Parts: sequence; C-alpha cells; structure tokens
Amino acid sequence: MTEVRDWIDNVVKTNDVVLFMKGTPEQPQCGFSGRVTQMLDYLQVPYSGVNVLESDMLRQGIKEYSDWPTVPQLYIKGEFIGGCDIVTEMFQSGELKDTITEQGLVAEGA
Amino acid sequence: MPMQAHDIEDLIKDALPDATVVIRDLAGDGDHYAASITSAAFEGKSRVQQHQMVYKALKGKMGDELHALALQTSTPQD
Repeated sequence: MTEVRDWIDNVVKTNDVVLFMKGTPEQPQCGFSGRVTQMLDYLQVPYSGVNVLESDMLRQGIKEYSDWPTVPQLYIKGEFIGGCDIVTEMFQSGELKDTITEQGLVAEGA
Repeated sequence: MPMQAHDIEDLIKDALPDATVVIRDLAGDGDHYAASITSAAFEGKSRVQQHQMVYKALKGKMGDELHALALQTSTPQD
C-alpha cells in the first residue's frame, strides 16, 4: 500500500490542482465528481483528473491518504481542500475563486 | 443495508452529545442524506476537520452503507 501512497503523494505535490474522481473530467461517472468538475471548469482553472475507478488500490489508497471516506477529493498546491460539499460551499461563497486567484492558478484570459 | 435517519443521528450524538442534528432524506433510498450539525466541539476546527469528526462518528459507514451524506457543520456561534 505504500507504493500507492507514494504515488498519490507525488501526484498531489507535482500538480497545482488535482481532482481524484470517479471517471474523467470529460466523462465523470458520479454526480458529485461531475459537480466539482463543472465548478473548476466555470472558474477556468486548469486541473488534472485522476480516475480512481481504474484501480481498487487507488480508490482505497486515496481515502487513507487524506483520512476522508469518499471521492471526489480536491487538492490545491498539495493541500486537501475537501469533497463535493466543502468545494460547493467554497464555490458559492467565492472562497474557491479567491483561493485559486491568490495562488495564481486561473487560466490566461479568464 | 441502507441506513435510517435516526441511526445516523444516534451515531452522531453518541460521539457529539451536545450536537443538534437535522437530517433530510434526499432520495428515499436509505443512502442519500443531508445533515446539518451544530456542536461546540467544532470550535477552532477547519471544515475538513469538522467533517472528519462526523465521519469518525459514523464508524466507517460513510462511503460504505451510506453512499452520500451532504454535510453542513457549524458551531453554536456561527
């Protein structure tokens, strides 16, 4: 299990914005994952999608990595931001946009 | 086996005795709920930590029997 943990740690630390999700950004396979991709697309922030359905070890490993029982899971600059609830709350309050803008992560021309 | 709303409430109150818990059944299928929880135990905790406290109270049922629990956590002062 440590390889999965190391792999996840590397993905989280080498991508500014990464979303562990069910499915892909183009084809989410869960309503909650799809909702987070829509918010990120709306904010025009580039992000990497990791499909946890591709491997049970990854699907379990990400839950242990963050001590969080569900997917999707959003990470910004290596920090676990939350699942669909928290990201939605932050999106609605403007906090998500502020976080992304402060970190200089908004796409050019956005 | 799907969960009943009062099971969720009981588990949360076992772990957070002072909590006020309001649970809404989102789909009527026993595994899609929304819960608003207020407790002084959340004070000084980040949102992620507050939600993790609730998930611990649910003793591993979250993501297993319970597919979806939309959480809203707050402290009495919020």
